[in-house]
Amino acid sequence: MPETATHPLTNSLELLGRSTVKLIEEAGYYSALLAESLFWILVGPFIKRPVRIPSIFSQMMTMGIAACPIVFVLSFSIGVMLAIQMIYNLKTFGAESQVVVGVALSVTREFGPLITGILIAGRTGSSLAAKIGTMQVNQEIDALRVMGINPVRYLVAPSLFAMMIMLPVLTFFSDMAALLGGAVYTSIEIGLSFDAYADRTLSALAVVDVMQGIFKSLIFALIITLVGVSNGFSVTGGAEGVGKATTRSVVLSISYIVIADMIFTYFLNL
Amino acid sequence: MTNNNSAAIEVVDLVTHYGPREILHGINLTINEGEIMIIMGGSGSGKSTLLRYLLGLGVPTSGSINLLGKDITKISNTEMHQLRQNMGVAFQGGALLSSMSIGENVQLPLREHTRLDEKTMEIMARMKLEVVNLGGFEKLMPAELSGGMIKRAAVARAIVMDPKLMFFDEPSAGLDPVVSAELDELILNLRDAMKMTIVVVTHELESAFKIADRITVLDQGNILMTDTVENIKNSDNERIQSLLNRRPSNEEVKADEYLNRLTGM
Ligand SMILES: Nc1ncnc2c1ncn2[C@@H]1O[C@H](COP(=O)(O)OP(=O)(O)OP(=O)(O)O)[C@@H](O)[C@H]1O
Ligand SMILES: [Mg+2]
Repeated sequence: MPETATHPLTNSLELLGRSTVKLIEEAGYYSALLAESLFWILVGPFIKRPVRIPSIFSQMMTMGIAACPIVFVLSFSIGVMLAIQMIYNLKTFGAESQVVVGVALSVTREFGPLITGILIAGRTGSSLAAKIGTMQVNQEIDALRVMGINPVRYLVAPSLFAMMIMLPVLTFFSDMAALLGGAVYTSIEIGLSFDAYADRTLSALAVVDVMQGIFKSLIFALIITLVGVSNGFSVTGGAEGVGKATTRSVVLSISYIVIADMIFTYFLNL
Repeated sequence: MTNNNSAAIEVVDLVTHYGPREILHGINLTINEGEIMIIMGGSGSGKSTLLRYLLGLGVPTSGSINLLGKDITKISNTEMHQLRQNMGVAFQGGALLSSMSIGENVQLPLREHTRLDEKTMEIMARMKLEVVNLGGFEKLMPAELSGGMIKRAAVARAIVMDPKLMFFDEPSAGLDPVVSAELDELILNLRDAMKMTIVVVTHELESAFKIADRITVLDQGNILMTDTVENIKNSDNERIQSLLNRRPSNEEVKADEYLNRLTGM
């Protein structure tokens, strides 16, 4: 390869250009993966090559049910934290009781989906990348292909399916846990009863508020799965490569989740 | 060796790239039905790469690859899917799916390509495991098997559909001589009893000479020579000789000659 001395600015421009190209390439790869997974989920059963149902259920268990305790703990804490902050801030206006509205809205629209997305990216996204990366390194992916078993149908489609169901469910669960956290703290701090808290929460919330969070979680589910599996598939170079891909997939999917969240929050609240 | 001269595999002018780098520079290779073809060559000569393309795991830059009369660079996905029923591959590390038992691994191709009931698939898997001397191991997980057993289980999985074409990647690498000799025996059996056409990538000379009908020697992405064991051994091509003489042990070598070789080269 020719070594050419270049101006530092040209260098950084080139770097910027390269990273942009790489990002666009990856976006293309994600869309192709998504399209192929949807093909197998929707068309597979009709051409006698269905997605494995048992695999979907087992993944729903590991990525969904098994994550409930940690989702509960984190979401409950977030609920308490929000209540603390809001009561403190609202006190200056003597409007502590408005805390219920504040917690309800920020939990369902923002913190429920975000905290669940980030948690599952770290938990499930990384394990998807590690699993598929290891299979790639051990030639298991090649073996699937030579047996005529499409790896996207066999590995990606079930994960995507399971994630698209479980992340919204977990998000709803997270909403509940965070609201509970808010209620517990509020009842202790300003002596508002649980019944009153629940009443006010229900009247403060519209269905769209909850749906906005659930909609976000669907997008996050796509991001986590696609980033995780595509990093897994692109592993080269043994166990070290698997480690790198795993880290990369967590960093990337959390970044994409936060950025996507910002964009959606902007457009959904126009 | 039954040489009826009908080609099971025919590679014409195969050129492949990894990124910008050309790896195979126009390979021409014909493998007859029912023969064992060994692919030999030094490290980095392109053996694994050639195998990948024979297996339809990559899209070549140019050239054609005919398997059982079908050009796999041109056929549709459906046709390729059907052709795969007639191809078995034993990967170097076995490549068993670690999440399922040996028995389930062997059943995988049946599940994909047939509509047999559970019981039949179990019986067929057990039969193939017996062929490779692993009868009774179907409940174990891959992690519970030794390297040699994993390779044999991989062979059982590869032959469960009774394919016409069978590919081995480094079958004896990392095995002790006894196990590796057993595997050679198994490969010969597959040719003789099941009439398979077999391609073996290896750099174990001893095993190659024992099982080969013909050998093709790769060097830096080109084929140096494709011929019978005798003709390869007697070739006066310098690169082939240097490849052959890297043989670490040879029963014909006398002690002083061996010492000479150690010190002299
Ligand atoms: N994934 C890859 N990306 C880029 N180049 C590769 C890749 N795999 C192999 N190559 C290059 O292709 C050439 C042929 O490699 P190949 O693995 O086919 O050799 P080989 O004959 O199988 O060697 P060995 O006996 O060491 O396995 C080498 O020069 C190697 O650097
Ligand atoms: Mg190799």
